[in-house]
Amino acid sequence: MEKSAIFGNKALPYALLVPQLVITLVFFYWPASQAVWQSFLREDAFGLNSEFVGLENYQALFAQPEYYKSMLTTLVFSSLVAALSLSIALLFATQADKNIKAAPVFKVMMIWPYAVAPAVAGVLWLFMFHPTLGTLARPMRVMGMNWNPLLNGNHAMALIVMAAVWKQIAYNFLFFLAGLQSIPRSVLEAGAIDGAGPLRRFWTITFPLLSPTTFFLLVVNVVYVFFDTFGIIDAVTGGGPAGSTTTMVYKVYADGRLGGDLGGSAAQSVVLMVIVIALTAIQFRYVERKVQY
Amino acid sequence: MVEHRRWNDIVAYLVLTLGVLLVVFPVYVALIASTHDAATVVNGNMPMLPGGHALENYYRAIFVGGSRASREPVGHMLINSFIMAMGIALGKIFISILSAYAVVYFRFPFRKTAFWIIFITLMLPVEVRIYPTYKVIADLKMLDTYGGLILPLIASATGTLLFRQFFMTIPDELLEASRIDGAGPYRFFKDTLLPLSVTTMAALFVIQFIYGWNQYLWPLLITTQDSMQTIVTGIKKMLTTTDELAEWQLAMATAILAMLPPVAVVIFMQRLFVRGLVETEK
Repeated sequence: MEKSAIFGNKALPYALLVPQLVITLVFFYWPASQAVWQSFLREDAFGLNSEFVGLENYQALFAQPEYYKSMLTTLVFSSLVAALSLSIALLFATQADKNIKAAPVFKVMMIWPYAVAPAVAGVLWLFMFHPTLGTLARPMRVMGMNWNPLLNGNHAMALIVMAAVWKQIAYNFLFFLAGLQSIPRSVLEAGAIDGAGPLRRFWTITFPLLSPTTFFLLVVNVVYVFFDTFGIIDAVTGGGPAGSTTTMVYKVYADGRLGGDLGGSAAQSVVLMVIVIALTAIQFRYVERKVQY
Repeated sequence: MVEHRRWNDIVAYLVLTLGVLLVVFPVYVALIASTHDAATVVNGNMPMLPGGHALENYYRAIFVGGSRASREPVGHMLINSFIMAMGIALGKIFISILSAYAVVYFRFPFRKTAFWIIFITLMLPVEVRIYPTYKVIADLKMLDTYGGLILPLIASATGTLLFRQFFMTIPDELLEASRIDGAGPYRFFKDTLLPLSVTTMAALFVIQFIYGWNQYLWPLLITTQDSMQTIVTGIKKMLTTTDELAEWQLAMATAILAMLPPVAVVIFMQRLFVRGLVETEK
């Protein structure tokens, strides 16, 4: 797409671009290239000298059992959050799509958690499930469950999954609802005339027609789990207990800050960049298909 | 609707009510906790109805801070968060509407290059390049400044793409008409383009305000002084105290205060919010 009516000025467009380009070059390209460069360096213990070590940081990284563990943690975390938040949101969206009077009220009530900061969401859930003072932890104990997310890795994972799902339902709900509302009523009516009940119509008509939305949301949810859940993890578990909630992004932070291993941290950043670029590429291919569709 | 059955509506109301309860419950618990005194909250048997310490807790949280002298009162953190969120939202609108104007309405060498330089930033969120960005800010002596909090987060392409997309939908006849009236690039921008873009700007503002307000990792890293803390990072610090028991009732009051502004934005500007969310994702 190109405009045919344009201005002929020569210098003005550059002046208009200067603010964004300067900020992008200084705060994006400079640090991003530093990350790539640093991943080939090793600093001495005092951070005074650094030498070029080639791929050693990457070799060290992929020799670490912890790194594979963080990959697995990320995989478990993102599949749980994506599966749960997508299916719960779809359930609510199908109900809100029905012709009921209070639908707009329900809609507002469902979408506001989008605005809650991940770290704040984490603190809310930690408070409810805190082993000693949590409102919901007490009944769990009474029922004989030895609940302790501060010591038990699986409990910690369950807690951050709940907080992350709670926050993400809003977003998925909004997009599912929009997707549902764009399905032509005539198709559903045709199904009804052919004798399909509501459930049958959902699985054979609505769900397949919703698949572009579902796929788009799947990618968005994975990106969300990768990056936006940092606040939840840091506020609730700090990556613990014993690294059981350390995702790949959290490990970049923890290794660089606590371990002081900047080369290793930079190598991890580069691996993450590759993953994100792959995810974005998938997303764009999908967007192009949607345009043809 | 295809058919209207009574039980169908009842199911909808039941499921949605359950959903709303699920969504509201964590905040309700926090709200209740913020109205009790420390002892009631800590003993693990907090009542599910409000207590009588709301005023005291919120007063202490906003104006005094936790019991340790080094902690900032939340009032100050709210101001920092507000400045950061406004800076990010307005800064992004400013730089991206200008660059989109340049890319859409002018032809010049390296136009495509400039667009791609901006476009690629979409792919890498700040979390991925966190330490190198920290180092750049440190080298520029911008630690503990508002500039350091704001600038790295506006280096992204979402706004530019949004405005570009919107400008493409504006009919060419408008530009031709104002050119016949003798308008140059400045007049056209000010008198035609800006008024037309108000809704798009507002939608972008809503999304970016929430984004800026909710930042966590970045302010955590680059603010070392308590006086520069934002409220979202401040809550965590209230809970990680080694010397004394964490004051959960104050932390919960802070959590409520931290979510109030962005949640209010979503509720009261719902249409702009939805529009911004849908359009920035395209």
